Amino acid sequence: MKTILKSLALGAAVFAAPVTATAQDLNYVLVSHAPDSDSWWNTIKNGIALAGEQMDVSVEYRNPPTGDLADMARIIEQAAAAGPDGIITTLSDYDVLSGPIRAAVDSGIDVIIMNSGTPEQAREVGALMYVGQPEYDAGYAAGLRAKDDGVGSFLCVNHYISSPSSTERCQGFADGLGVDLANQMIDSGQDPAEIKNKVQAYLSANPDTDAVLTLGPTSADPTLLALEDNGMAGEIYFGTFDLGENIVQGIKDGVIAWGIDQQPFLQAYLPVVVLANYHRYGVLPGNNINSGPGFVTADGLTLVEKYAGEYR
Amino acid sequence: MSQSAQPTPATDERIKDISRLRQSLIRPELGGICGTVLVFTFFLLTALDSGMFNSQGVLNWSTVSAQFMIIAVGACLLMIAGEFDLSVGSMIGFAGMMIAIFSVTLGWPVWMAILITFTLCTALGALNGFIVIRTGLPSFIVTLAFLFILRGFTIYFPQTLERKTIIGGISDAAQGDWLAPVFGGKILGWLFQWLGEAGLIATFERGTRAGQPVVDGIPMLIVWAIALVFFGHVLLTRTRFGNWIFASGGDAEAARNSGVPVNRVKILMFMFTAFCATVFATCQVMEFGSAGADRGLLKEFEAIIAVVIGGALLTGGYGSVIGAALGALIFGVVQQGLFFAGVESSLFRVFLGVILLGAVILNTYIRRMITGER
Repeated sequence: MKTILKSLALGAAVFAAPVTATAQDLNYVLVSHAPDSDSWWNTIKNGIALAGEQMDVSVEYRNPPTGDLADMARIIEQAAAAGPDGIITTLSDYDVLSGPIRAAVDSGIDVIIMNSGTPEQAREVGALMYVGQPEYDAGYAAGLRAKDDGVGSFLCVNHYISSPSSTERCQGFADGLGVDLANQMIDSGQDPAEIKNKVQAYLSANPDTDAVLTLGPTSADPTLLALEDNGMAGEIYFGTFDLGENIVQGIKDGVIAWGIDQQPFLQAYLPVVVLANYHRYGVLPGNNINSGPGFVTADGLTLVEKYAGEYR
Repeated sequence: MSQSAQPTPATDERIKDISRLRQSLIRPELGGICGTVLVFTFFLLTALDSGMFNSQGVLNWSTVSAQFMIIAVGACLLMIAGEFDLSVGSMIGFAGMMIAIFSVTLGWPVWMAILITFTLCTALGALNGFIVIRTGLPSFIVTLAFLFILRGFTIYFPQTLERKTIIGGISDAAQGDWLAPVFGGKILGWLFQWLGEAGLIATFERGTRAGQPVVDGIPMLIVWAIALVFFGHVLLTRTRFGNWIFASGGDAEAARNSGVPVNRVKILMFMFTAFCATVFATCQVMEFGSAGADRGLLKEFEAIIAVVIGGALLTGGYGSVIGAALGALIFGVVQQGLFFAGVESSLFRVFLGVILLGAVILNTYIRRMITGER
């Protein structure tokens, strides 16, 4: 048994050795709220890797494996205890996360809020700035656009219903259209097969639905399949948040009218650059940075297509 | 362990001729003790200067370990009694959401919300146990059903009542409440204040709390964990009821024949597991001030993993609360320690799997030494 334990320790050391050897003078940690299964965050990982390389700083990515926000609070506390130069974090639930974030700020660590939360909340916890896309506003803008295209009713496929910002997107879209959200939002879960079947079930129960709104690749990819199956692809007005390989293909094929790009790359890349320049030269931009919304349509897809899922 | 076995020559373990040393070493917790020593040695070597062992760092992994401990104690006793509860994680989410709905949506006093939630959740635990006993179905299936039922309600209620899945504002409601600090408060604040003033622990550098120590007390979560471990250990090893728990899990039929009220023991253990889950949920809700529909996801497996690392047998009748507590400690220290050591966080599951496998293999050897089974 001693040998088992020894080999165990050895194995652990092998894993640990290459990553602990960081020689850069500035260390940053990015904490997200996303469960491991959410592929969208790959762009974030690539963004911080590129920024870390270009700025010659070390940036680590951390997340609660199941997406449990209480676990995320512990990770922020942990990050603060480890004493990095800066923390970049999402603020997906103010009640849970504001305490740990403020404690980190107070103990002398500079914090930038990215992706979730609002500029006001970021200011309240003492963060340097907010980099992201105000969710309600983005949904509202999309709703206005859809209204101009003649949409009157819709289905919002919410694959992350426990995050308030997801619901805000649907609510913004409904308000943009000028209709009541009511039962037009479904809790689809994260499993592709379930999402597909739930979308089909909803659309066959409500055949006069004008539009489908998905909140990211997790719900958009199965919805694409669902629409191909029931023959509504290209027929129904389909808009989505975020981009991914299949979404880009869908836009190209004319199945998806537009994708709202909040440009996650910028949300990961810019905070690292801002922090590094702040710590090295003391310079700091004077305002929050809006990374989105940008509407991606069939025009000008080349770059998007080339880097979809990697940097876009 | 091979060394500790040396004093006794290779004789049949079933014979009562056991040396003192061996008797004190070979116990269900041995695997947990070895693992704890190993894990701490590992992190002392790799993450000593990373802040893991300063006041904030210690509090961080202690809190995470205490969370695991609270649910592991319940899961441990239930597992020794021969049953499983897969609804622990959903029960955590459900209990938290009930407290939020009672206190925020319905505006009841927080102490009443907490007491009613405790009653409701232990009653659900009893229902779990009752169904298992009456139908004779495996508890695995029955509690799996409750995993879905409770999680479903946890999403449905706030969605219907408040049109959102996270209910906040509990901190405001709990202001001045007499029961809330028992779960969300902190003790020994004066000690840390003094330590901070004496310069022994770090203090906040800026903000409204500048000058105050970064750690301002021991959270009640940790106090609850220690109290529950102590209670569970005494109950299991020092009381007649403890013997009944072992007997019910070892061979329910034989226990019944010798007069042990097996059904009552099992139902009580289901209730205790639900109670532990509710303690976890209440501490969390009181600390963070909000309840979310996704709280407690997969916690049932984390509890079971901690118990198994601690040496309990999946089939019941064998185990130790101290072992489960050490399992929870290992789990918490590894989970947070890997962050401190700067290991890519997606590798956490790899480590967890390796530790689980290593611990189970080690525990199997130890158990064979104790029971003499081949």
